[in-house]
Amino acid sequence: MTGELGQLALCFALALSLVMAVAGLTGARSEAATARAIAHGATMGMLVFVALAFGTLTYAFVTSDFSISGVASNSNTLKPLVYRISGVWGNHEGSMLLWVLVLSLYSGLVAMLGRGGERLTSAALGVQGMLAAAFILFILFTSNPFLRIDPAPFEGAGLNPLLQDPGLAMHPPMLYAGYVGLSASFSYAAAALMVGEEGWARAARPLMLLSWIFLTCGIALGSWWAYYELGWGGFWFWDPVENASLMPWLVATALLHSALATEKSGAFRTWSLLLAIGGFSMSLIGTFLVRSGLTTSVHSFASDPTRGLYILALIFCAIGGALALFAWRAPKLQGGAAFEAVSRETMLLLNNVFLVAACASVFVGTLYPMVLDAMGRDKISVGPPYYVATFAPIFFALLLLVPLGPMLGWRRGNLKEVLRALAPALGLAVIAALVVLLVASPRFLTGALAFAMAGWLIGASLLDVLRRRGARASAFAAALAHAGLGVTLMGVAGTTLWRSEALVVVGPGELMHVGPYTLRFDGVTQRQGSDYRASRAHIALMSGDQVKSVMTPEQRIYPADGQDVSVTAIRTTGFQDLYLALGDNRGDGRWTIRAYVSPLAPFIWLGGLVMGLGGMLSLWGRLRVRATLPATAAQPAE
Amino acid sequence: MKRVLFLLLLLAAPAFFSIAPIPARAAPAPGTFSDPAMEARARNLQRQLRCLVCQGESIDESHAPLAEELRQLVRQQMVEGRSDRQIQEFLTARYGNYILMRPPVEADTYFLWAAPFLVLIVAGGVAIFVISKARKAAPSDPL
Repeated sequence: MTGELGQLALCFALALSLVMAVAGLTGARSEAATARAIAHGATMGMLVFVALAFGTLTYAFVTSDFSISGVASNSNTLKPLVYRISGVWGNHEGSMLLWVLVLSLYSGLVAMLGRGGERLTSAALGVQGMLAAAFILFILFTSNPFLRIDPAPFEGAGLNPLLQDPGLAMHPPMLYAGYVGLSASFSYAAAALMVGEEGWARAARPLMLLSWIFLTCGIALGSWWAYYELGWGGFWFWDPVENASLMPWLVATALLHSALATEKSGAFRTWSLLLAIGGFSMSLIGTFLVRSGLTTSVHSFASDPTRGLYILALIFCAIGGALALFAWRAPKLQGGAAFEAVSRETMLLLNNVFLVAACASVFVGTLYPMVLDAMGRDKISVGPPYYVATFAPIFFALLLLVPLGPMLGWRRGNLKEVLRALAPALGLAVIAALVVLLVASPRFLTGALAFAMAGWLIGASLLDVLRRRGARASAFAAALAHAGLGVTLMGVAGTTLWRSEALVVVGPGELMHVGPYTLRFDGVTQRQGSDYRASRAHIALMSGDQVKSVMTPEQRIYPADGQDVSVTAIRTTGFQDLYLALGDNRGDGRWTIRAYVSPLAPFIWLGGLVMGLGGMLSLWGRLRVRATLPATAAQPAE
Repeated sequence: MKRVLFLLLLLAAPAFFSIAPIPARAAPAPGTFSDPAMEARARNLQRQLRCLVCQGESIDESHAPLAEELRQLVRQQMVEGRSDRQIQEFLTARYGNYILMRPPVEADTYFLWAAPFLVLIVAGGVAIFVISKARKAAPSDPL
C-alpha cells in the first residue's frame, strides 16, 4: 500500500508542477493576477505531495518493506534505524527523490519570500515548475523507487557499509540543499530575463546565500568523511564525484560576488544573469556525471544509457533554453555601470575571472578523459598533479587579491590608501613565512608561501573587522568568509607538506613511533556490532612509561554485504591529528598499522565552517533588514 | 649440585626475560626500504601511478591486489637501479597513459593543459574590455 501511495503522490506532484509551470509563466504578465495565485497554490501543493512521496519511501525503509525494490536492494533489518533512514538517499532512485524534494523546498521558499515583485516571483515559480516536472518524469520513467518485487525477499541486500557513517548520512542532504538550491538563482535569472525586472539580484540573494552555505558545509563534510573513513589520511582526491560538487561551488562563489556588484552599483548586470544560469548548469552537469555512471567508466554508461541520455537531454533543454533566452533578452537590458579601474567593481570582476578559470580547470580535468575515451583516442588519468599545476596557481592568484576587495570603495577606490591600511596584514604575512621557514622542518618554500598567504588573508580580515567595528553584524560576513579561506589554506599546507607517517607490522607489546608520538600495540580483540564483526586494535599512546590514552582503530566486516571497512582512530589536539588505521592480520598476533601525524589537519574543515558562518552572518543580516530598506539605499557592504 | 642449579637457571631464564621485557620496536611493513631516502622516492613514485582497477586512487593508497603487485614492481625496479623516468616509461609501455596520474603533454592533451589558462586569458581580456568601457562612462576627474 505504501509504495502505491508514494507513487500516486509523485504523480500528483507531477500534475501540480505542470500547473505551476503554466500558471507561473502566464503570471509573468502584469494583468494575470489569478494565474499568479494559482502558481503559488500549485507550488505549495507540489511541496506537500513530494514531501508525502519522500515520507512514504522513508517509512518503507524504516519498516523494512522489502516488497519495494529500492528497500530490498539498499536496506536490511539488521541496520540501525539511522542507517535505514539514510538508506533512502543512499541509492540512485532515492537520491533523485531527495533532489526533487530539495527543488520543491526551494520553490516553496521562492513563493513564500516572494521578493522582487509579483511578476518576477511568478515567472521564477514557472521555471521551477518546469524543472520539477522534468525531474519527476525522470524518476517515474527511469528511476522509480516505488517499484514492487514479487515475491518480496525475506531480507534486504543492505546498504553499502562505506555509507554507514553519520558523516555520510548527512552529506547528500546537505550537498543537495546546496547545489539544487542554485535552481532558485537560475529561475530568478530566467524570470528576470522574461519580465525585464532589474531587482532580481536582490530578490535572489537570500536563497543564493542559503544554497552557498549548504554547498560550502556539504563539501567540507564530504572531505572530512573521506579523511576519517578512507583510511589514508587524505582529504581531497580530485575524484570526479568530488569535482562535481566543487564546480557549482566555484560558480556560485563567483555569482555571490558578481551579484553583489549588480545589486549595489548596477554593474555586471548581464554577467550575473549568465553566472546564475551557469551555476545551476554546473549542478545539472554534476548530477549527470554522478547519476549516469560516467564517473565509474564510460563503458558502464554505455551499457545502460537510458538515465544518462535522459539527464543529458534535460541539461540541453534547461541550459540551452536559458542561454537562448539570455541571447534574446540580455542585449535589451540596461547595462554598463560607470566605475574606475581601481574600484571594488574591478576587484569583484577579477574575482570572477579567476574563479571561472579555476572552474574551467576542474571542468576540463573531469570531462576531458571521458571525452577522449568516448572518442576512442586514448585512456588517460587526470589526477592530483594536473590540478596542482593548473587549479592551484589560478586559485593562489585569486587569494592574493582577496583582501583588496572589501577595502576598496565602490565606483572609485584609492589603491595607495588601501595598501597602506593593509600594511599590518602584509607584515603578518612576512612574519608567518619567516616563522615557518625557521620552525618547520623540513623547510618548504611552498609552505612558507602558503602561510604568508594565510597571514595576508587573516590579517586583512582582522583589519577589515577593526575598520567596521560598530557596524551591524552582517558587515563582518566577508571578513569571516575570507579568513576561513586562510584557515583552510593553513590546514591544506600543514597536512600535505608536513605529514609524517609510519607503516609498520607490530606484535603485542611492541612500540612504534610516528612524529613526536610513541605508541604501544596491545593486541586485537574481536567485537560484535549491530550488523558487523569488528577486529579492534588497542593502541596505547605513551607518555614515558605511562599510558596517556588508548586508541582503537577497527576493521569491520559486514557479512550481509560481504564488505570490509576500516574505521580509523583519530586523536586531535585541535592543531594536530594523530591518525591510526588498522591494516592486515599478519599472523601470530601481528598486524599492519598505518599511523599518520597530520599537522593542522582540523584547520581544513574549520576553515570551511568559518566560511559557512560568514555566509550565515550575511544571510541573517539580509533577513533581518528585509523590506525595511529601499532598493537603492547605501548600506555597509558585506 | 652446581650443575642442577645451572640447569634450573637456564630453564628459568626466559621467565626472567618475560618479567622485565625490553619492548621490541615495531618492524617496518614488509617491502619497505630501510633507507628513508629510497622509501621517500618510492612513495613519491607510487603517488604518481594510478591503481588501474580502483576509482581514482593511486597505487600508494589502494588495498587492491594489483596495487600491491605494482608497488612491488616499482620497488624492484628501483633496486635494479632504474631512474624514476625509466620506471614510468616501462609502466606506460605496459599499461598505457592511463597509469600516469599526471597526464602526459602530447597532441591528445594539449587542450587539456591549455584550457584553464586559455579561459583565464579570454576572461581577463573581457574584464579589461569591461573596465575600459566602465571608465569611459565614469566622470573623468582625476583622483
